[in-house]
Amino acid sequence: MTLSPRVVIAGLFAGVVLAALGWAGFAPIEKPASREEVFEIPQGTWARRMAGDPVEILPNEIRLTLGMNDVLLLRNLDDVPQTFGPALMMPGQSFRLPFEVASEYQFACTAHANGQMTVIVEPNPSTPWARIAWRTREWLSKSKA
Amino acid sequence: MNLAPGAHRCRMPFMPIKNRFSSSTARSGRQSRAGWLLAAVSLVVAATASAAASALKAGVFDPPRLAPDFSLQGSNGAALKLSDYRGKLVVLGFGFTSCPDVCPTTLSVLSSARKKLGAAGAEVQVVYVTVDPERDTAARMKQYLGTFDPTFIGGTGSGEQLAAVRKDYGIQAEKKVFGDNYMVAHSSYVYLIDRKGVLRALMPYGHTPDDYAHDLKMLLSE
Repeated sequence: MTLSPRVVIAGLFAGVVLAALGWAGFAPIEKPASREEVFEIPQGTWARRMAGDPVEILPNEIRLTLGMNDVLLLRNLDDVPQTFGPALMMPGQSFRLPFEVASEYQFACTAHANGQMTVIVEPNPSTPWARIAWRTREWLSKSKA
Repeated sequence: MNLAPGAHRCRMPFMPIKNRFSSSTARSGRQSRAGWLLAAVSLVVAATASAAASALKAGVFDPPRLAPDFSLQGSNGAALKLSDYRGKLVVLGFGFTSCPDVCPTTLSVLSSARKKLGAAGAEVQVVYVTVDPERDTAARMKQYLGTFDPTFIGGTGSGEQLAAVRKDYGIQAEKKVFGDNYMVAHSSYVYLIDRKGVLRALMPYGHTPDDYAHDLKMLLSE
């Protein structure tokens, strides 16, 4: 019995997709060297704001994953105190905030127009589906950047 | 001042070793081995201390700054001056007695955390500064805070005085009027100030009494 080329190609394609899904779902996710997600207020931010430039440093929404990047590290490199996320930080000061519980956190934040900053902490991708979802999100965010 | 949390403590274990090495010119091999062993143990102790300093559940400031001092009217009838509490661990929160959700939760969490510490709880002073001076008199704060823990001290004052304190600590508070009534939306986190009066950490809303007890124990053991 001979298989038509179409069937062979479809079979190969299905095999590749299954293998990719299998890898994405079952291969362990490599732990990053650092679990810190760093955001910095560069020097001169205040001066730029005073000059009318609406500088946005922190995104309105920050997504973190437990066990991967679950520590928010904020640094004020500007010459003046800044309210950054939940913390008032002096020039040169940093603020390191670890997260241990997956949830959505709302912080009042003067750095944003709506006065709010949301930190979404996702659970560690420990199931195959969660690993596939996590890898897809990573891949999408990398291809966007 | 403003030394990184681990920095001054890291140096301590090395002091005797340095002195010992520089003073002993004719050491035996055994002494030398003992010295190295001591050095290794000290390194481990220093590394552990340094790791512990950064292992608080709360968010940590680096380098930490001296907590801005303030003088308000205390709910105990006396003046409330933050620097008078040097030597104790101060847990500093902001809120108001008509607060429907955040403040009662935070205050009961703090009360449980203090109980979890047992006798060491006496070394912890909770200071709660009002964001609603119109309604929060010293007497009202005393009555309200007393329902959570009689040792809690409230702080009130003029609108200007309280606004200055909030500015120093980056606290947001906004009055929201509903008909004849009003609420005050305010920052919900709590500051941890160590025995030396240094503003070490910020605990976001939502942490458990165990998390607080963990951090307070750690700061008390320094």
